[in-house]
Amino acid sequence: METTGKFFRKVRMLFGRERFGNELTEEMEFHREQRMRELMADGVSEREARAQAARQFGNATVAAEESHDEVAFRFETVAQDFRFALRQMRKNRGFAAATVLILALGIGAATTIFSLVDAVLLRPLPFPNPSQLVDVGETVAMIPDAPFSYQDFLDYQKSSTSFSGFDAFTGTGYQLPTAEGAENADGVRVSGGFFNTLGVTALMGRTLQPEDDTTKAPVVVMSYAAWQKYLGGRADAVGQTIDLSGEPFTVVGVMRPDFVFPPMGDAEIWGLIVNRYGHCEQDRSCHSLGGIARLKPGVTVQTASREMSAIAARLEQQYPGSNRGQGGRAALLSERLVSDARPILLTLMGGAALLLLIAFVNVASLLMARAESRRREFAVRGALGASTTRLVRQFVTEGLTLVVIGAGLGTLAALWTARLLAHLLPPDILQHLPALREIGPSAHVIAFACGVSVIGAILFGLVPMLRMPGGEARTEMSEGGRGSSGTAWRKFGSNLVVVELVIACVLLVGAGLLAKSLYRVLRVPMGFNAENIAKVAVSAPHASYEKPEQQVALATAIVREVASVPGVQAAAITTVAPARFNGNTNWIRIVGKPFGGEHNEVNERDVTADYFAVLQPKMKRGRFFTLADEAAKHHVVVINQAFADKYFAGEDPIGQKFGDMGLSPDSIVEVIGVVDDIREGPIDSEIWPAEYVPFSQSPDTGFDLLVRTSQDSGAAIPMIAAAVRRVDRGIALSFEETIEQQIHRSFSAYFHRSAAALVGAFSALALLLSAAGLYGVISFSVGQRTREIGVRMALGAVPSNVYRMILRDAGWLIGIGIAIGLGCAVLAAKLAGKMLFGVASWDAATLVAVALVLGGCSFAAAYAPARRAARLDPVDVLRAE
Amino acid sequence: MGRKKELLPGTLDLLILTTLMRSPLHGYGIALSIKRLSDDFLTVEEGSLYPALQRLLLQGWVKAEWKMTDTNRRARFYALTAAGKKQLGLEVTQYEQMIAAIGRVLKGA
Repeated sequence: METTGKFFRKVRMLFGRERFGNELTEEMEFHREQRMRELMADGVSEREARAQAARQFGNATVAAEESHDEVAFRFETVAQDFRFALRQMRKNRGFAAATVLILALGIGAATTIFSLVDAVLLRPLPFPNPSQLVDVGETVAMIPDAPFSYQDFLDYQKSSTSFSGFDAFTGTGYQLPTAEGAENADGVRVSGGFFNTLGVTALMGRTLQPEDDTTKAPVVVMSYAAWQKYLGGRADAVGQTIDLSGEPFTVVGVMRPDFVFPPMGDAEIWGLIVNRYGHCEQDRSCHSLGGIARLKPGVTVQTASREMSAIAARLEQQYPGSNRGQGGRAALLSERLVSDARPILLTLMGGAALLLLIAFVNVASLLMARAESRRREFAVRGALGASTTRLVRQFVTEGLTLVVIGAGLGTLAALWTARLLAHLLPPDILQHLPALREIGPSAHVIAFACGVSVIGAILFGLVPMLRMPGGEARTEMSEGGRGSSGTAWRKFGSNLVVVELVIACVLLVGAGLLAKSLYRVLRVPMGFNAENIAKVAVSAPHASYEKPEQQVALATAIVREVASVPGVQAAAITTVAPARFNGNTNWIRIVGKPFGGEHNEVNERDVTADYFAVLQPKMKRGRFFTLADEAAKHHVVVINQAFADKYFAGEDPIGQKFGDMGLSPDSIVEVIGVVDDIREGPIDSEIWPAEYVPFSQSPDTGFDLLVRTSQDSGAAIPMIAAAVRRVDRGIALSFEETIEQQIHRSFSAYFHRSAAALVGAFSALALLLSAAGLYGVISFSVGQRTREIGVRMALGAVPSNVYRMILRDAGWLIGIGIAIGLGCAVLAAKLAGKMLFGVASWDAATLVAVALVLGGCSFAAAYAPARRAARLDPVDVLRAE
Repeated sequence: MGRKKELLPGTLDLLILTTLMRSPLHGYGIALSIKRLSDDFLTVEEGSLYPALQRLLLQGWVKAEWKMTDTNRRARFYALTAAGKKQLGLEVTQYEQMIAAIGRVLKGA
């Protein structure tokens, strides 16, 4: 009751605020008059009485303000302070604009990167209980995260007990007939329980079910996008029969529009593994299946991982040939998905944090300098009766106002730049991280921006208070803010500048090292001539080309047809185009060498005779194979230099023989040539031993077609595609691009490019901001020492002495900043070593270059104020005093 | 301008309320009354008086009204409310207990 009454009285007073003020003034006026009258009655003169009354009454403003505070709501004075802060900003446009801009840059950069981090690292997967979903698979000698072979998968599925669901998936292409010829749809083949394990249901019809694995009925589920694209979104899609790679399949369901399985990106058609039960599915050594499992409630991923290893050990005993040295693995799916992006994002977050720090330091230093110049104002206001708390609140409000405006602008910009930035990430990452496509103002991002702003506001409110006049109003006013007080600030400001230089140094070194890595990556020796090669991925319908002879005939026909296209110099077929990935391996055993059953993994590429004519690698020894070799029963092979070095060190590889692990007579091949190391894997990876096998010895219906053209290979692609379709309209083509484009778009190129570009942008900003900070501090220091400089010049100092004096001071700061900065940079680069390629963290050239650039810019920033000081006219200076 | 006798902390409200027991007074009257009743020993600073009056108004212990003075000047007169009377009783009791306690301590020393 009491409090509510008080509240209402307060509210009433709030609305009658003006009357309240007037009444109070009148009342106090009355008081003074009464006193005066009394004094005059005692015989004091009117003038003296007035003065005495006023003196005795004390500070009327304080009394009025305190009376007002008694009845006021807190927000009223806050609003008042806020209005005052805005007025201050209008009066000092330059200062306000600089502060807001710096804050917007810093907070904008940090928020941008955080929104990426939020989307990728913090947002949960779009499935029920995502923390139960684990990525499962096997480990083999050279690949720590190998996929399952189908036979192994069945054993794991059967014997594991940690999971409530255990399923497999593998990417595949389905050719759909369209008006222009066949089109390749991205497909996934899964085991029947896949959708149940994920915990998703269909929009229409049903998802695939475990029973489908038993009945082996030809059924598929379509993604929402595929339903729109291929069936025009018709309502009776479920139950329709569609032609996929020449075989009829029944559509049993359509998925919801928001369904996406991150490891498989934008898959359109979901079919069953058992529906295409081929050679690979029967081979325990053919690892092609990703694994997804759901932990039973209460089972930890560690337990599951141990169980997987135990099963692997059992399988190794049971199948010593195929499963030797293999392990089992389980890891949280969410962890696996972000493992590629995490180092990039964390590095960026680190860069953004440093930039934010510089921005804060700069703004703090600007505010300090301003507080310094306003000491007199505050001393006067204090003398006129403003209470210390009120002045402090004024400071905090001014800081807050700047932060709110800066943060607002920064956050708005961030929402826009974050989308832009998402495009800088490699497409592979984007495909696997669908969250990046819908970056927006999430609650996390807003909370982050607010949190950063609050920290800034507190900082900017408190920092100038360190320099607040502490009640010595008289000294402050008489000194006019000059003298000893400036020295302390100069010291503090200098420390801030050193911090800024250190941060800028770290970012610049980072940018330099990343740029150098990018340079190295893009100029890595390819082992072949990558210019003017066109690439088309070909997939022919299985149904029409079931037999190996048919596949060989198809390949021969395609090569012949394409080679006849004008401008084409040579055409060839390979399993996988170069500079894509290490994998598709074969396990070999050298004839006549001791063998302990280990897995000697080598890249296997099944190529046609002109493969080397297209790539033009250097031949080290022996010869390439020819059409005659392809036709011969006698099996020959070309190996790369890495293969020769690893398995035939100190021997002549030509004429050596190797085969599969059992050395079955069919598998024995003879080495006829050694070729230079063609880069088969990604451009920043190691060279693996590789064997080049005639296509005819190991044909397939899917392969990459490589075409060397005399001129721009990109322009020739449509003619090449038309030539392939002339062979068979049922063939689907995809990934039409030149090898150079493919390299350019590859994950490795993107990775190093985006990292270099982003950290480069950060470091440019950091350089700019720290130069501005240094300029501010030196200018301030020169301003403070104007009188000293004037006296020196009057006593005979020449401009060059003044230059030397100012620049020596600056030089100390710059030297210390750069020295510490380089040390920190080397440490930071060591931590981010994974992101560097072909360059050491202490790369001397980069360090020297950064020291020169940073030192040069810093001296330039210090030069302007030094020049101003040197041009001072001592007469003017001393007169002004 | 010699040093004024400072009031014991918290006693200003008590003094104002007491002064108003007899009749409504304006601010100056309150200050004068306290000074006279204490034989010029206590001086209420105007800097504290007016904030205190606002506080009492806000608590609802006094009410204010603009009236004409004997000299025909407009002035704001403060009067005790029922709640104010109750509060005064409370504060007087508290004050007496406090003084008695302090006295006991001083005697014991």
